[in-house]
Amino acid sequence: MDLLNGLLNKEKRAIARMITLVEANDEEALRILSDLYKFSGKAYVIGITGPPGAGKSTLTDKLASNLRKEGKKVGIIAVDPTSPFTGGAILGDRIRMNKLATDPGVFIRSMGARGHLGGISKATHAAVKILDIAGFDYIFIETVGVGQSEIDIVKATDTVVMVMVPGLGDDIQALKAGIMEIADIFAVNKSDRDGADRTKVEIEMMLDFSCTNWRPPVTKVVATYNEGIEELIDNVFEHKNFLISSGTFLEKRILNSEAEIIGLIKDRIIDRIVNDSSNENDVRIYAEQAAKRKIDPYTASVELLVKSMKEVDNSGCKKG
Amino acid sequence: MGKTIRVLIAKPGLDGHDRGAKVIARALRDAGMEVIYTGLRLTPEQIVQSAIQEDVDAVALSILSGAHNYLLPRVVELLKEENAYDDILVLGGGVIPEEDIPQLKEKGIAEIFTHGTSTQVTIDFIRNNVKNSVRCS
Repeated sequence: MDLLNGLLNKEKRAIARMITLVEANDEEALRILSDLYKFSGKAYVIGITGPPGAGKSTLTDKLASNLRKEGKKVGIIAVDPTSPFTGGAILGDRIRMNKLATDPGVFIRSMGARGHLGGISKATHAAVKILDIAGFDYIFIETVGVGQSEIDIVKATDTVVMVMVPGLGDDIQALKAGIMEIADIFAVNKSDRDGADRTKVEIEMMLDFSCTNWRPPVTKVVATYNEGIEELIDNVFEHKNFLISSGTFLEKRILNSEAEIIGLIKDRIIDRIVNDSSNENDVRIYAEQAAKRKIDPYTASVELLVKSMKEVDNSGCKKG
Repeated sequence: MGKTIRVLIAKPGLDGHDRGAKVIARALRDAGMEVIYTGLRLTPEQIVQSAIQEDVDAVALSILSGAHNYLLPRVVELLKEENAYDDILVLGGGVIPEEDIPQLKEKGIAEIFTHGTSTQVTIDFIRNNVKNSVRCS
């Protein structure tokens, strides 16, 4: 399969295979992505996050369907948790999106978090770029069901929609630091249920405490019945316009790129020290000593780091 | 570490019983595979488009309605139209009479697992038969 041209020609099989390969850290695929990176950046990236069962998939399905009516092409990346024990996963977000499966203007990909704890997977950034290069106008990232601190999504997107539901806790939950702070837009889903108004008021009261230039709108929706979806899309457009008119759009993307670069550096260092087979024994030996209290983990980590740096210096080929 | 095996589990047609599909989904998950669970009442078109977008190694179709002789070969046919059949293993399971199995295999279904099959048999079959030579580089 000619992945490079396939991707440029927006062929679904090439897009799909590219995502598989970047998930597996395939060097050739990453090289293609490096070459084509200059063609990305046109898509608007929207994060959909919230607790498990809040209706993120159903809402994403409805948002995508509404954008399709306007002729926009929509990519969806839906992340679900991976078992920490077997590496297996049940990726079930598509269940809510089957109507979009045959739409040629939609591409849906499920991803396992694969050990990454921030709500998305390591390869999610790359998958977004692949869909971006393939010409999708809007890309949704649906996170795993989150708790209180999985905030990686904010550094991977332009707008974050936080999906809440009635009855999850009192106003103190809304006051807590972490996930409530990253929302650009709140959607109170299942708002045909008791307590929806109260949930909306609690979020509004929490927002009253903060004085930022953008006040996140709080919109009641019932995703299953397509209620409030147009208003939610208007919220997204308003936030997009705010970012552009206030001059913060580029700044936000710079912060996102910075986070991505730092993340990649971390991955490379970890790969170099921990996953490199020549060092595998070293880590084990240090761990044994640490468990027996013969060395402390702080010193062990520094020694391993220094050791791997020397190896890089000593062999020219590893430098690049 | 090898590539993670990805399997799409789908229920084509109109029967609404997905207990078996869920048992298989759970077993494959516990065997370290990524299972894309797509739920009930799908058309062959939806299944094939999903399988392509998800770039799966196998499609496992659970069917109890009796329409297997049409729906299972139709999935194979559509995968062939999309030039994806060579990469994707097609499996069937559920209530399927013994006498229908030979002709289903002839039409490109790799294996049929009827009720009573140990989940380990299915897991082993997938591991040994995925056509993943093209993807490992």
